[in-house]
Amino acid sequence: MAARVLACAPCHGAEGEGTSDAYFPRLAGKPAGYLYNQLIAFRDGRRKYPPMNYLLEFQTDDYLKKIAEYFASLRPAFPPPVPPVDSKEILARGETIVKNGDPQHGIPPCSACHGPTLGGMEPGIPGLLGLRAAYISGQLGGWRYGTRTAFAPDCMQIVASLLTEDDVKAVAAYLSSRPAPADPSFAPRGSLPMPLECGSEPH
Amino acid sequence: MSRTLTGLLVGLMLALSPIGASAQQKAADPAVLAKGEYLARAGDCIACHTAREGKTFAGGLPMKTPFGTLYTSNITPDPQTGIGTWTSDQFYQMMHNGRFPDGGLVYPAMPFASYTKVTREDSDAIYAYLRTVPPVRQLNKPHDLTFPFNNRSLILGWRTLFFREGEFKPDPTKSAEWNRGNYLVEGLGHCGMCHTPINALGGSKQSQAFEGGLIPMQNWYAPSLTSNKETGLGDWTIEEIVDYLRKGVSAKGAVYGPMAEVVYNSLQFLNDDDARAMAVYLKGLAQGGPPEKASTSLPSAESSLLLSFGKSIYDRDCASCHGATGQGMPPDYPPLAGNQSIQMVSAVNPIRMVLNGGYPPGTSGNPMPHGMPPFAQKLSDDEVAAVVTYIRTAWGNRGEPVSARQANELRAATLN
Ligand code: HEC
Ligand code: HEC
Ligand code: HEC
Ligand code: HEC
Ligand code: HEC
Repeated sequence: MAARVLACAPCHGAEGEGTSDAYFPRLAGKPAGYLYNQLIAFRDGRRKYPPMNYLLEFQTDDYLKKIAEYFASLRPAFPPPVPPVDSKEILARGETIVKNGDPQHGIPPCSACHGPTLGGMEPGIPGLLGLRAAYISGQLGGWRYGTRTAFAPDCMQIVASLLTEDDVKAVAAYLSSRPAPADPSFAPRGSLPMPLECGSEPH
Repeated sequence: MSRTLTGLLVGLMLALSPIGASAQQKAADPAVLAKGEYLARAGDCIACHTAREGKTFAGGLPMKTPFGTLYTSNITPDPQTGIGTWTSDQFYQMMHNGRFPDGGLVYPAMPFASYTKVTREDSDAIYAYLRTVPPVRQLNKPHDLTFPFNNRSLILGWRTLFFREGEFKPDPTKSAEWNRGNYLVEGLGHCGMCHTPINALGGSKQSQAFEGGLIPMQNWYAPSLTSNKETGLGDWTIEEIVDYLRKGVSAKGAVYGPMAEVVYNSLQFLNDDDARAMAVYLKGLAQGGPPEKASTSLPSAESSLLLSFGKSIYDRDCASCHGATGQGMPPDYPPLAGNQSIQMVSAVNPIRMVLNGGYPPGTSGNPMPHGMPPFAQKLSDDEVAAVVTYIRTAWGNRGEPVSARQANELRAATLN
């Protein structure tokens, strides 16, 4: 399998560990169901990044599933978290949204779906640690501007559009300052009462 | 008849005649339906008439042309928005003569210029099959063409120049296999739509801009299938051509770009006999002497510098898959030595492969293909030009050098 996905290595690293480019995400250790949903979304053009849309255009569901399972099974080391450059206030605001949400503006806590340890939930919700700030804000922006969509109902589209620019910055700063667990620990399927329905996480 | 076989047939019938299919539908012969489905695959109707994540055959796929965007039609049997009220005569008239039931002219992006070769019997089988697919209520999107191309009467000019109506006539001096191949390639396969310089919409002046098979808007070059200089199929065995068409990979090369779509949606479903027939016909087309020698246009001192620069990049970035002497590791990694598809006068294809990488399509014969990484970020224009020049001229290859400018221009090519 490693040889078959060498085409992904320049951007995602030979073991899916990511590269120095902050926009190129780590793949290793994410839930297989989540990765599979992303590969389908790229193939079918629902999530847009032309170099990847092009590479995956003529691959079957079966093969994409194998690729997803392969990267989900890898455990390369995480890079150490970058020391935060943002102020304490920004980090504190981020932490609040992640753990408690912002009930006044209808924002649910991220941990309600991504898990109390932010490790994600099987099968379709990814962990939020070990991602870099630029990537996190890029993805939240993608949902707001329609270049990233997930299966309907697309709960992340709703969550992302409730956040202000400052919220996005704060959440990205806080999440990227947290160390990632060496071994991912997903909450079991259906174990969290999610505040919104998500098409990628059917229950 | 055994129980499992009966069960299978019933299952097939159910799959083919969904609830709600038009009431006027006669109980069509399952053999005819199966044949119609097969022929629709061979004609690749699904690729154009299904939008991404859209309903099968409901149309709506945008087709970008230099003159604007065309949207394909709904060809499901829905009576209001599809072709549910069409008779088999009207359907044949569309396939054979490119006219709507009211006599209106069809844009040649619908490949009737090739489908005109399709026999009445085959057209009727496709018609019968299309009546059994699930009807979808979805209005056709109006085309978005610039003036004057939004005027359908312009199609008349195109037709006078390029359209020859007429069913396929077998050549009695050739084998049945060759004739079958000819019928499929020139007819349903509509291979000429990409593999000839005539472009589907222009016709006169505009078409000259794309001479030599550069596919408009996509920036891929489809080699002429009649010239051994371009395709080199004359040197391939029948098995290699069959593998190429059906698996998407072969000992001589892999499909990429728009050809990957054709294999993925259409050619992989050909049966053994038809794939072989196509190969026999294609090989016959390409015969006519060994590929010509191209003369290199760079002064030798300059070219040897470029070549040694190119070789160093090749050894570092390419040799692990394509081999130190370009021999590849087929079928996983195609050979580059002797690979005709990278030596054509147009260097568009090898430059784009280096910039964008690629995966051959996932097919039943090659379900988990190996891929090639894109080098657009890693290599500068000069490096791309050097390595492409190297693979086009090393190991006895006879292509011409390429410039950094050519490489730079293709960085902006649409990816998908
Ligand atoms: C040219 C660089 C490039 C190549 C090559 C590439 N990717 Fe990506 N990939 C990206 C970028 C950039 C993103 C994030 C896109 C976005 O912003 O939505 C991404 C996102 C992904 C994601 C979603 C990750 C997540 O956490 O949501 C998956 C899965 C993925 N890629 C798999 C692959 C596989 C498998 C291959 C090889 C077949 C591949 N990629 C090749 C650049 C690349
Ligand atoms: C209602 C459940 C839910 C809530 C609440 C939620 N998420 Fe998500 N999140 C998801 C799902 C489901 C996905 C996967 C979507 C997909 O399939 O593309 C996801 C994916 C993501 C991703 C993409 C990760 C990657 O690797 O590309 C980010 C970033 C993210 N969420 C951030 C957040 C933040 C920040 C919050 C809190 C402000 C939040 N989420 C709240 C359900 C939720
Ligand atoms: C290369 C793309 C392409 C392929 C392949 C193709 N079509 Fe079309 N087809 C079109 C386009 C574009 C139109 C719209 C033409 C117009 O509006 O003048 C069209 C129109 C039609 C129509 C007219 C329907 C209507 O109501 O407008 C029928 C019927 C049809 N195609 C049948 C087929 C069948 C059957 C096949 C396969 C044997 C096929 N097409 C393959 C592009 C394609
Ligand atoms: C959508 C446009 C398109 C259509 C339709 C198409 N081709 Fe191609 N074909 C290409 C392009 C582009 C290439 C060059 C890329 C490659 O070699 O894979 C190519 C390459 C080829 C080659 C390889 C030549 C070589 O020397 O490597 C063969 C053989 C071929 N096509 C046969 C066919 C046949 C047979 C059909 C009809 C059944 C067909 N093509 C239809 C675009 C097309
Ligand atoms: C990880 C393995 C790998 C590496 C490294 C690699 N390639 Fe490829 N290459 C492939 C595969 C697999 C294909 C078939 C891709 C397709 O069909 O879309 C291919 C196809 C090609 C083609 C088209 C030929 C054909 O018949 O399909 C060219 C040209 C090419 N590679 C050149 C290069 C050059 C130049 C480099 C170095 C800059 C390179 N490759 C590096 C695996 C690789």
